[in-house]
Amino acid sequence: MTDVFFYIFSTAALAAGIGVVLSRNTVNGAMFLIGTFLSMAAMFVLLEAYFLAVIQVLVYAGAVMVLFLFIIMLLDVRESAAKKTSVYTWVASFIGLAILIVATVSVVSAESIKTKAAALPEPSGASLKPFGYELFTTYLLPMQVTGFLLLIAMIGVIALSKKLDTDGSAK
Amino acid sequence: MIGLEHYIIVSSLLFSIGFFGVLLRKNTLVIYMCLELMLNAANLALVAFSRYHGGMGGNVFVFFIITVAAAEVAVGLAIIVALFRKRQTVEVEELNTLKN
Repeated sequence: MTDVFFYIFSTAALAAGIGVVLSRNTVNGAMFLIGTFLSMAAMFVLLEAYFLAVIQVLVYAGAVMVLFLFIIMLLDVRESAAKKTSVYTWVASFIGLAILIVATVSVVSAESIKTKAAALPEPSGASLKPFGYELFTTYLLPMQVTGFLLLIAMIGVIALSKKLDTDGSAK
Repeated sequence: MIGLEHYIIVSSLLFSIGFFGVLLRKNTLVIYMCLELMLNAANLALVAFSRYHGGMGGNVFVFFIITVAAAEVAVGLAIIVALFRKRQTVEVEELNTLKN
């Protein structure tokens, strides 16, 4: 049963991802991106990372995409005529794709990655308690640094969105 | 049975979709959304590795990635808005003052 759900949600995520890249209208692209994030949250549930699935829906599909849609509608960008992509970009993208394919094939075909059904360990990220324990013991310093990062980002956004005079003082 | 390799294939496919979006689209907002797609593809791979390996490391790493991505989106969109106020465009082809 989980296999069927995996195929459904991975197909949905990939289709919505292609929709993000191909849609001419930016608002449609943002809607497709919400679809991708929700399918990814479903795949997190299949991987028994329930807390991360909730965070994915709340932070990504909620807060981040609301911010994106707000800015898209604020800027009201008109769709300009599609310009030709330079030949360098095409060469670079195909070299990058080739490297990615080789890396994926080599990782997937490795013998150690093949999972045996009996050897699947207990889900470690299923409940909130191990998360809190790890965040406040092993990962205490990254946790503090992330808090400072959020503070700095907030100050940076306020500084960036303030209208400044030519001499640099705030209006 | 769905194994780790299936999740890695889906994750790398999503990453390459985002990668092509970043390279081939000209709208800064779409490029930014494709960047988010790439970050999310990496998240999926990390969660899958964590599930099949049995440790908490991957899950905690994804937690930090989501936090940093939220901060990054706020700052990046503020920069795009500031740029739009100055230049009235978000097309990367027209934002080439530093070229030459």
